[in-house]
Amino acid sequence: MDTLTLVAPTPPSSRWYRRAQAKKRGFGTPSWFAIPLLAFFGGIVAVPTLLGVYYAFTDWDGLSAVPQFIGFGNFIELFQQPKTMTALGNTVLIAVCVTVVQNGIGLALAAGVNSRIKSRNVLRTLLFAPVVMTSIIVGYLWQFLFVPNGPIAQIAEVFGIENLNMLGNPKTAIWGVIIVVVWQHAGYSMVIWLAGMQGIPEEITEAAALDGAGSWKRFVHITWPLLRTPLVINLTLSLISSFKLFDQVMATTQGGPGYATQTLSTLLYFEAFQFNNFSSGIALGVIVFVLTAVISFSQMYLFRDRNAS
Amino acid sequence: MNRYTWKTLVLEIVMILAAAVFVFPLWMLISVGFRPAAEVAKNPMGIPTSLNFDNFVGAWVEGELGSAFLTSALITVVSVLVLVVIGASGSYYFARSRGVAGMRWYAIVAAGMMVPFQIGLLPLYRIMANVGLTGNPIAVILISIGIHLPLTVILYTGFIKKIPPEYEEAARVDGATPFQAFWRIVVPMLMPITGTVIILNGIGVWNEFFLPLLYLSGTDSVTIPVRVYGFVGEYGADWGKIFAGLLMASLPVLVLFFLFQRYMIKSFGSGLKG
Repeated sequence: MDTLTLVAPTPPSSRWYRRAQAKKRGFGTPSWFAIPLLAFFGGIVAVPTLLGVYYAFTDWDGLSAVPQFIGFGNFIELFQQPKTMTALGNTVLIAVCVTVVQNGIGLALAAGVNSRIKSRNVLRTLLFAPVVMTSIIVGYLWQFLFVPNGPIAQIAEVFGIENLNMLGNPKTAIWGVIIVVVWQHAGYSMVIWLAGMQGIPEEITEAAALDGAGSWKRFVHITWPLLRTPLVINLTLSLISSFKLFDQVMATTQGGPGYATQTLSTLLYFEAFQFNNFSSGIALGVIVFVLTAVISFSQMYLFRDRNAS
Repeated sequence: MNRYTWKTLVLEIVMILAAAVFVFPLWMLISVGFRPAAEVAKNPMGIPTSLNFDNFVGAWVEGELGSAFLTSALITVVSVLVLVVIGASGSYYFARSRGVAGMRWYAIVAAGMMVPFQIGLLPLYRIMANVGLTGNPIAVILISIGIHLPLTVILYTGFIKKIPPEYEEAARVDGATPFQAFWRIVVPMLMPITGTVIILNGIGVWNEFFLPLLYLSGTDSVTIPVRVYGFVGEYGADWGKIFAGLLMASLPVLVLFFLFQRYMIKSFGSGLKG
């Protein structure tokens, strides 16, 4: 905290002196500029999060004033319950599938939009629109599309699939959720890929074209290797946001049927607010945090390593 | 390479077809609300035969969307305003402090990006209950500010670091106080990044569901996402009315998006490079 209470030295009056001082150490910015920000950060983020992490190791029920410290009790109890393992498995499956499919589709769309086609600006806008929409609304929109005898069931019938009940069937429900998330965020991936593609100087691809490289070869040998930054951003963003997935599940399946689409975040909500197991709920939050931290750091490490060699 | 060849035409057609598949759910969002429930049940993909606003009136009145809009707007505007003020000034210290203290604090705040806010949300719930703020939009505003602080700081600090310090130093040499240098010299240069901060945080706060669900559900002042969550439950299978509500609830964001699409897409694309 001592850095916070530092006060800028009172400026001596002579301009010459001030200028000499500035040369010597540069003008600092007084720390009081950051006091409101750090107060908010401390009060709303840091202290409650640290308290939460502590509560994860206690038997806190949200009411008792003095929770008992029980070590890893909550975690052991959670991992002994099949529903936790199901939620963990679902979360990982969703995260991996969403990351691969969303970024794959996003890349294809970006390549298509980053061309000479006349409709590129209109298409880019339309494809991005779902990103800004409220995810709970997107969830209900798709719940209707997936309803038995609804639009998608009718389209599936044309392809010979009878009585499709995507979200009602425990086997298919999770794929329904994945489709919803991919639909909403593919435009986001597209825009990040696009920003990377537009940073590639046109001379490089033109030179390759003159040397007779077709568009596929140009993409594989020139564009793709230069897309490392958007690749890292896209992977990190989609993995982290799917590990925290909550809204779309609440709107489409509420974690059902049974536990078929329960994610760590929905389980956290039900544990804490339906069953009043506050400390187990927070323990689930800590598990989500450990997962995201491991993913983020391993991605940073992997990509830094490759760049260095 | 720059000519429009037959290959470009094929690509154009393929892309338009792909976009049509992609946009189909949006077309459903617009069309279903204009059709009576019985007709939707019979033929879910039908085209509206007339502009029927019954569903919209019903959803607006029974769904109490009007007051939900006001609550959402209040929470979003106040949160974003505070984020801009404390984010810009705090980041100015992080980027320009003498020595390493500023960047240390920056690293701590930026690391908040990775922490799921649910961990802190439960203890906060207890704290807010103690001070009587559960059910009060103020609690949602305070916590929204906390949630979006790390991104705001990352955006502002990255931007300020790229501004050469000579401008402020010249002003300081001429006797400006640190506040004057910040207000008159730095703030005017922050306009582009402030636009990005407003867009990303505004959309983030407006769309947030978990937080207002915990703090506001069951009260008179709920936000749009919580209200939508509530009335879908109440309407059962009356998809016409539900979709009228969904369309009205998504209109403000969609209209703003289509008006400022170029700028918004740029914000989302560039905002995360820092």
